[in-house]
Amino acid sequence: MWAQARAPAPHPRNPSLTRGPRGCGAGGPQRGRDGAWPWLFVLPLLSGIVVFYLWPIVQTFYFSFTEWGVFGGSTWTGLQNYTRLITDPDLYRSIGNTLIYTVIVLLGVPVAIYIASLLNTPRLRFASFYRVLFFLPYIAMPTAVAMVWRMIFNGDFGILNYVLARVGIDGPYWTSTPGFAIVAVAIVGLWSSLGFAIIVLGAGLKTIPPELFEAAELDGASPWRRFTSITVPLLTPSIFFVVIVTVIACFQVFDLLYAILGSTNVALPKSMTLVYFFYQEGFVNNQKGYASAIAMAIFLVIGLATLAQFRLQKRWVNSD
Amino acid sequence: MLPTTRLSDGRRRAIVSAASVVALAALAVGCSGAESPTSTTSPTSANGAYVAPASDLTADITYAFWDETQKAAIEANVAGFNELYPNIKVNLDVTSWEGYWTKLQTQASSDTLADLFWLNGPNFQLYASNGKVLPITSEVDAGGIDPNNYPKGLVDLYNLDGVQYGVPKDFDTIGLWYNKAIFAQAGVDLPTNDWTWADLSTAANAISSALGGQGIYGVAGGMDGQTTYYNTVFQAGGKIISEDGSTSGYSEKATQEGLQFWTDLIASGASPSMSQLTDTPADQWFTSGKLAMFYGGSWARTAIAGSAVANDVDVAALPAGEQEATVIHGVANVVAANGHNIAAAQALQVYLASKEAQQQQGDLGAIIPAYNGTQQAFADSYPGVNLQVFLDQTAVATPLPVSKDSAAWNALEAALLPEAFSGSKPVAEVADDLATQMNALLAQ
Repeated sequence: MWAQARAPAPHPRNPSLTRGPRGCGAGGPQRGRDGAWPWLFVLPLLSGIVVFYLWPIVQTFYFSFTEWGVFGGSTWTGLQNYTRLITDPDLYRSIGNTLIYTVIVLLGVPVAIYIASLLNTPRLRFASFYRVLFFLPYIAMPTAVAMVWRMIFNGDFGILNYVLARVGIDGPYWTSTPGFAIVAVAIVGLWSSLGFAIIVLGAGLKTIPPELFEAAELDGASPWRRFTSITVPLLTPSIFFVVIVTVIACFQVFDLLYAILGSTNVALPKSMTLVYFFYQEGFVNNQKGYASAIAMAIFLVIGLATLAQFRLQKRWVNSD
Repeated sequence: MLPTTRLSDGRRRAIVSAASVVALAALAVGCSGAESPTSTTSPTSANGAYVAPASDLTADITYAFWDETQKAAIEANVAGFNELYPNIKVNLDVTSWEGYWTKLQTQASSDTLADLFWLNGPNFQLYASNGKVLPITSEVDAGGIDPNNYPKGLVDLYNLDGVQYGVPKDFDTIGLWYNKAIFAQAGVDLPTNDWTWADLSTAANAISSALGGQGIYGVAGGMDGQTTYYNTVFQAGGKIISEDGSTSGYSEKATQEGLQFWTDLIASGASPSMSQLTDTPADQWFTSGKLAMFYGGSWARTAIAGSAVANDVDVAALPAGEQEATVIHGVANVVAANGHNIAAAQALQVYLASKEAQQQQGDLGAIIPAYNGTQQAFADSYPGVNLQVFLDQTAVATPLPVSKDSAAWNALEAALLPEAFSGSKPVAEVADDLATQMNALLAQ
């Protein structure tokens, strides 16, 4: 699910550390002396990336201007896929659903910051146990998670509506009502993304010098004040990383939706996300040229969203 | 059972990650880089003409299918086949239903299909019209297969433009499963084979109003056309798609009446809503003892016989509308056009279509074999339950509606019809819209 999770986190307090030594311009002549050796070392990784990532992107770009036969073979159709795409109401609906999903899952970031700082309380008993507890959903199989949540969300026999009924609320058919379905999936997305965010943020917290907290405590700062004035500002690089990774993963959400809603769900056509829309056109409707155009649109949307976040980070990310 | 559980970890990742683009590319690489394997056997098999091969033919072939529960019966078939052809090694390749069609499409694109494999009605024309499977013309001419031995409507399902590509290996029809205990509790007379729509509606409404307090409903449909609304459309005298597969039947008045049938049952509370049926499908309502009647396939026998209501059930013919009708469907074994050893694959195809092999399938599996006269084992397999109705209904059966790209308009049905069944839009409006969009697809 979160393939990006394996990317190394930037140094939590000083992202520039991950960029290598400063003044790398001075390394110019030295690099020349190394000859082909550095390339040889990165070749295994690089060839994988070129063959399995870069080349397919180029190909997909090409195929997005074509129409595919069901069993291969393509004909050039120019911009036809793109003109169809920008007039397709499903595109805007799926972008809307993806945004709803992303916003809800991002609500988990403040929650994760709070939980991470609770877990970081000095001399907390069973701290590792709690950490494992919060991390478990993240390593659980998404399909298994989806099966369990399907039962919880079941409108007639699910435990969620049973509990709601006990307090006098008539719960909806969560996963089968258009409008509710994407929210239900996003709740699961939020829940299962918490573990990863807590671990990354927890690592960030460890790098904040404890003297700062001690000094603030001596000055009479309340726990809340210490949280807002020390923890959060010094944690911003980690928060930024978590937000970037979460947003990218949210824009790519497919499996949770597919597994929780199921392919025969009456709410599914109104609850498609961008990647589901791509899957539907490419693998169900056999329109691979059109699906390539959708893939390019997803590529563009994620690229723009990530670029915008990097631009905006200067305003709020503390990078001293 | 949820199909999603069968989605392999590997495939899920491939689809989810940035590799959504990779998946497409892999397909592309597959088709450009593949070379068609050449046949290595006798010259007669190279052009697909069938001659029963010599019994010492040595070959190594693959037989692909999706149903793990039939593996034992198929292994028994292969053992029987190997008595005739001891040197043909048959490798069985089982893929889950969800993965089967994606895999098949990739294999067909790169001409690496299994030598012999299962096809169903909705996908058959796609593969036949693109030359991916071989006709059985020469096998029929040589007397290896006689299409008259199988239910006619089903044989026609595997005929494209007058050419026969396979014969059914099994079939299924739809019946009205009912729970006798619930009928007794509600004080309603049991269904009979002569029921009409009105009888069903009266009984279902009576049960829902009598036992609604316990969360029990009279009847249930769902979004699966084969078991629900296709049947009622045919009973009303309508059609889903024209016989030549070129135009939609959804704008016809009779078709719309077949849809209205379910809308009315949901509106009156005789049936759970579409949302309820999405969360808990009709068969689960039934096996949990919360549903008096449901339109279910002959294949439901296994699940029902293993459920808590196993001793309370029986089955009747579907209630008639303007006419009696049920949907019939069955799987066919087809030979890949680019197989490694076409002679061996055809020999296996012929053997599996034989009475002997079909009888074995019927005796061992939960399926109804297609060869006429081999079905008694199925009819007797559930004492006290009249499974014979599934066999008798073949007389009024209509094949599952299909066309050259059934999946595309099936997706339209799934997208549009919920609003008709839920009553949020008039049935006629939704069906007309569906007809327009479906015709646009079929015209491509």
